[in-house]
Amino acid sequence: MRHVLSALVMNQPGVLAHISGMLASRAFNIESLAVGATENPELSRMTFVVNGDEKTLDQVRKQLEKIVTVVRVIDFSKQNYVERDLMLIKISTEGGKRSEVHELVDIFRARIVDVGPSHVMVEISGQERKIDAFIDVMRPYGIIELVRSGRVALLRSAASSEDLEAEDRPNPEPPPEATV
Amino acid sequence: MAAEKARTQSKSKTLQLPVVNGADILVEALIRQGVDTIFAYPGGASMPMHQALTHQADRLRTILPRHEQGGIFAAEGYARTTGKVGVCMATSGPGATNLVTGLADAKMDSCPVVAITGQVAKKFIGTDAFQETPIVEVCRAITKHHYLITRFEDIPRVVKEAFYVARSGRPGPVLIDFPKDLQTEKASEHPDYDPPMNLPGYRPEPRPVNPAQVRQVLAAVKRSKKPILYIGGGAINSEAAAELYKFAKRTNIPVTTTLMGIGAFPARDPQSLHMLGMHGTVYANFAINSADLLLAFGVRFDDRVTGKVSEFATHGKIVHIDNDPSEIHKNKLAHIPIIADLNEALAALNDAITDDDLPELDEWWSEINEWRDKHPLRYSDPGHDLILPQYAIEELHRQTADRDPFVAVGVGQHQMWAAQYYKFDRPRRWMSSSGLGAMGFGLPAAMGAQAANPGKLVIDIDGDGSFQMNIQELATLTCEKLPVKVFLLNNQHLGMVMQWEDRFHKSNRAHTYLGPIDHPEATGKGTAAILDETYPNFVKIAEGFGIQARQVRSRKEFPKALAEMLAAPGPYVLDILCPYQEHVLPMIPGGHTVKDIILE
Repeated sequence: MRHVLSALVMNQPGVLAHISGMLASRAFNIESLAVGATENPELSRMTFVVNGDEKTLDQVRKQLEKIVTVVRVIDFSKQNYVERDLMLIKISTEGGKRSEVHELVDIFRARIVDVGPSHVMVEISGQERKIDAFIDVMRPYGIIELVRSGRVALLRSAASSEDLEAEDRPNPEPPPEATV
Repeated sequence: MAAEKARTQSKSKTLQLPVVNGADILVEALIRQGVDTIFAYPGGASMPMHQALTHQADRLRTILPRHEQGGIFAAEGYARTTGKVGVCMATSGPGATNLVTGLADAKMDSCPVVAITGQVAKKFIGTDAFQETPIVEVCRAITKHHYLITRFEDIPRVVKEAFYVARSGRPGPVLIDFPKDLQTEKASEHPDYDPPMNLPGYRPEPRPVNPAQVRQVLAAVKRSKKPILYIGGGAINSEAAAELYKFAKRTNIPVTTTLMGIGAFPARDPQSLHMLGMHGTVYANFAINSADLLLAFGVRFDDRVTGKVSEFATHGKIVHIDNDPSEIHKNKLAHIPIIADLNEALAALNDAITDDDLPELDEWWSEINEWRDKHPLRYSDPGHDLILPQYAIEELHRQTADRDPFVAVGVGQHQMWAAQYYKFDRPRRWMSSSGLGAMGFGLPAAMGAQAANPGKLVIDIDGDGSFQMNIQELATLTCEKLPVKVFLLNNQHLGMVMQWEDRFHKSNRAHTYLGPIDHPEATGKGTAAILDETYPNFVKIAEGFGIQARQVRSRKEFPKALAEMLAAPGPYVLDILCPYQEHVLPMIPGGHTVKDIILE
């Protein structure tokens, strides 16, 4: 199962190295990791996409929380949230295909951000499957190169996740596998 | 002139040295954290801190180990026997990397340590300068937390946070890397030694024990027919021995401990089933395998305890109490998981328990007692006046139990025999590199314990392999007047690896004999049970370090030789020649289950 975890971390050198080292040394499989500044200059936000069962996710979350510079970890998976990927992609327009490409760019609500005699660069954001679909559609024209950001996500709520109470689980329910 | 000088000195004392540099501030901050002993080995990038230490010699004892690894293991010995934070210091580069094994050890065994390293000046960081290593980068995964001080004004805050993080919650090692230019920078204003901490992501305060969970545990206890208390190092770290004793006595539930839990419950109490796991007692392993309720308190279901984890304690319901949420469900799913300070949780259980909650355990005890009668810890007497290591440790216990000694061990066969045959009745008396299994731990850990507990009997039960890994610390014993007694079980082999060779590799000796390579023993073709000539000559080595020593190879002479060591006022090395043919038993081979237990 796929989970989106969002972590607020102290904006200090070495925090990313610490976290990625922990994930690697415990052999957690991370599909995507994005880091960036937040509204609070002292904090950065990391968004993780983790593949694994409930047990793996539970361990990833707890091991993240154990790192002293990690302030909050929130699992978005069971909540209402918006997630986006961003992609920049260079497509060949050789053979007079520029207008065809342009039409498709409009259909996907993407944007041409650079034009050359034989190529265009397109910016597109959206959910993963939209980006994947756009790549598929562009493939016949010739993809020169592309870059994708990691996933970013936010909860649909008026509150800041910094203000959310830490997930307090004084009495965690036993996981379903456990038979009493 | 002299009077004026004296006046300035006394003035400067009351004002806490108006002209101070970063190194002075760090040392003052250490003293304000209650540090009374530091194990510190100097070098270019830590010299200013050593200069500062000399100014505070009356408030803070600096002990010079002979290797930085000895220094950090000594800090662990200090911490493990006192519960206070152990402190060590090293220079940059090789000094810092020599701390790595100790940091990993302290992390694995949840031992509170603050390690301070000198670092090259800030402007040289990242230039591959002389003796520069990015020690924080190296140590991220093996420390609980780490700091590279980059601003002068951060020094007191970093020290305060480091001690707080090291000792609170699940304790662990914290590294402070301190560039030399900040050590020598002069303070322009009076430092604030109690600044606010900046740890928004660190919340170690114990969570309140939920009364509903306490009832749940007691209900499980009441329903159980075969409960067992499985106790780990968490019981030592949370100082829970007294509440544990109360709970165990009230419920009459049998108690088994992990290697780290030794001493949390009196080993000589009939309710103790002693250690469980790979080299645990048969009765403890049978009991945990048959139990219908595991009270797993302050443990982490380590593979040396569980063997094949999917087959471990399959009949039982598991109550898991630990203060580290990441341990809950990590290796084994718990039916009643409780994140709490163990001492508080046990106190809550003791407060809530009523006579009505007590289980009926007569049948369970008669089953356990049958196992205990049939399979006690045992070894056979080989005759020939040989000193068996198991016997030697039993004799050591006989002669020292009433002196309530502190005992450190190295890693290997002697460590397991010490865990089996030395009966610890109190917490914080036993020091073992348990999770990491770092050879060379015993001597320096004993040295740190002796520094922390002056006037007490401190013994290093060691093997000849482990002993040689930090043998240089004999110099520290002499020079710092630390009267540690080295109880050296010398079998001329790396016994634990040799045992596995015997069991799993047809006794093919693969670099496990510690004497000359042209000796027949090096290829396993020796014949003697013990050797006429041993290598190296530990008595001469000890004497070279200024330490009294003797070799003993006769069982008849052994009790007297031991008594002689124990009566010696200073440090002593007793080189006890043991036959190498002995194996640590019982043994559950790694990844196997209690059904595969090897008894002989």
